Amino acid sequence: MPSASEDSSATQGGVLLDGETGRPEPRARSVAAPLQPGAKWAVRVANVSVTYRTTVESRPTLRKSITRLGRRERAVREVQAVRDVSFRVPRGKVLGVIGVNGAGKSTLMRAIAGILPPTRGKVVVNGQVSTLLALGVGFNRNLTGRENVVLGGLAAGLSREQLREKYDEIVEFAELGNFMDMPMRTYSSGMYGRLAFSVAVNMEPDILIIDEALSVGDARFKRKSFDRMRELCAEDRTILLVSHALRSIRELCDWVVWLHDGELKMKGRPKKVIPAYTQFLEVEEDEVSEEDV
Amino acid sequence: MSTVAAPRPIPSGERDDEYAPRHVYRPHRTGLPPMRSYLQQLWRRREFAVEMVRTNLRTQHFQSVLGLAWLVLNPVMQALIYFVLVNILRDGTRGSVFFAHLVAGIFAFHFVSQSVSRGAKSVVGGGRLILNTAFPRTLLPISSVMTSFVRFLPTLAVYAVVHVAAGLPIGLHLLWILPLMLILVLFATGVAMLVAAAQVYFRDIKDFLPHLMRLWLYASPVLYYLDEVPDGFRPFIDANPLTPMLSAWSDVLNAGDAPSLGILAWSAGWAILALVGGGLFFISREREFAVRL
Repeated sequence: MPSASEDSSATQGGVLLDGETGRPEPRARSVAAPLQPGAKWAVRVANVSVTYRTTVESRPTLRKSITRLGRRERAVREVQAVRDVSFRVPRGKVLGVIGVNGAGKSTLMRAIAGILPPTRGKVVVNGQVSTLLALGVGFNRNLTGRENVVLGGLAAGLSREQLREKYDEIVEFAELGNFMDMPMRTYSSGMYGRLAFSVAVNMEPDILIIDEALSVGDARFKRKSFDRMRELCAEDRTILLVSHALRSIRELCDWVVWLHDGELKMKGRPKKVIPAYTQFLEVEEDEVSEEDV
Repeated sequence: MSTVAAPRPIPSGERDDEYAPRHVYRPHRTGLPPMRSYLQQLWRRREFAVEMVRTNLRTQHFQSVLGLAWLVLNPVMQALIYFVLVNILRDGTRGSVFFAHLVAGIFAFHFVSQSVSRGAKSVVGGGRLILNTAFPRTLLPISSVMTSFVRFLPTLAVYAVVHVAAGLPIGLHLLWILPLMLILVLFATGVAMLVAAAQVYFRDIKDFLPHLMRLWLYASPVLYYLDEVPDGFRPFIDANPLTPMLSAWSDVLNAGDAPSLGILAWSAGWAILALVGGGLFFISREREFAVRL
C-alpha cells in the first residue's frame, strides 16, 4: 500500500509536479527522515494567492498623505503578486523557481517562509524552514558579522546552543576569518553573500529557501555551495532555489516551476521547463544569456 | 489507482496534515494572527530581544566607565538646564527638594521618550531581517524599550545621590517605585509599538517626534508639582497619561508617601490601554511590514 498510495497521489494531476513520485524509496523514508516521519511533502502550496497593498511612494510621509487627502488622491496600490499557484515539493529534492523579474518568485518564497500570509489558499510546510534567505543576515551593516549571525539566527528561532555549535562551521564555510568581528559595512558584496549563504546552509534547515544567492562568490565558492546543497539533499532536506542562472538550475534542480506574472506557467523537469522558458525569453527580448548573473 | 484518496481539486485528503506539519499558513480572516501561537512564538524568541539589547549597548560602549558616564550625562544635563530655567522663572525660590523632584521626573520621562523614539526606528531599521525572516515583529519595539530601560537604570543611581543630598526620607515606601516602574515600562512598550507601526506608514513621524516629546514633557508634572497647576489647565494636564504615573512617582520619591490607590489604578489603566491598543495595532499591521519597507 505505501507505494500504491505514492503512485496514486502522483497521478492526480494538477497539484503535483508532473510525472514521478516524490520519493524514490518509500520504505527508506522513516530511516532517512529524522524530523517528520511520514510526511512525504516538504512543502505543499495549494491554490495560493498573495495580494497585498503597498504604497507607490518611495518614502511615505504624513505630510504627503495629508496634502493628498486635500486632493482626494490615494497612493496605495494593490499588487496581485501570486495568483492561484499550486505545487508540491517532495522531500529531499531541489525545486528551482524561475521567471522574469517581478514574476512573484520572491513573494511566493516569503509565503512559504511564513513572512507573508497567503490571501487565499494554503501553504503547508513540513519542517523547519531556513528563512535566512539570500540576504537575511546583515540587516544592520553597522554591526559585526558575528552579531548579525547571532541576531539573525535567534530571530529565525534557533537557540543559543544551536548557534554556538554552528558558529565555527559558518565562519569556516564562509571563509571570513577575522572579518567576522568587523562591521558588515566593511564587507565586499561577495563576502556578504558568502556569509548569508553559509548561515542558511549551516543551520540544518529541513527546508532551505535560497533566493538569488548563487550569484555571489567566485567560481570556487559556487562549486562549494553546490556541493553543500547536494549534501543537504542527501540528508533528506529540501531546497527551493530561486535563480536567474539557468545553468545552475539545470545542474541542481530535480523540478522546476516557472512563474510568470504571478501565475504558474509551467512545472516539470528542468529539461522540459528550461527550454520553454528560454524560448519564451527569446521571444520577449532578443538577447538571453544562460548565466545572466 | 486512487482508492486511497478520491480525486478532488486539491487532492490532499489532508493526508500529510495528519502528521502534524510544523507550519500551515492560511489567510487570516481578521487582521490578527492566532494570538496564542503568536505569543508562544514571541516567548520562544525572547533571547533575540536580550541579544538585541546587548548588541545595542555594546555599540554604545556601555561596558566602559566613560561610556556609562556618557549615558547619564544627557539626562543629567537636561535636569540641570531645566532646573536653572524653572528657578529663574520662579525667582529662585526652588530648592533642593524640588531639584530632586525634577531629576526623578526628568529621568523617568527620559526613559519613556527614549523608548518611544528608539521604538519608532526599530521596525524601519529592521530592514532585511523583516524582509527575510518570519518572527514576531513586536520583538523589535520590545527590545527598544528594554534597551532604554537598561540605560535608565544607571540614572537611578544618580538620582539616589540627589535623593540623599536633598535629605529626602529613605524607607520601605521607596519600594513603591517598583510597581511604578513596571507601569512605566508597560506604558512605554505600548506607545513604542504604536509609533513603530505608524513610522512604517509615515516616515516623517520620527522627524517631529522630538517636538511632540518636548510638548509631552511640558504637559507632565515634572517641571512643576501637579498641585501647582492652575485650575484652567488641569483638564489638559489630567488628560496626559503620564500625569498619574509621574505624580505617583514624585509622591513616592519626593513626598515620601505611598501613592493613592486611585492614582495607581489610573496609571495602570493607561498602561494597559496603551499596551493592548498599541500591541493590537502593531500586530494587526505587522504582516504588511515586509511589503512596506
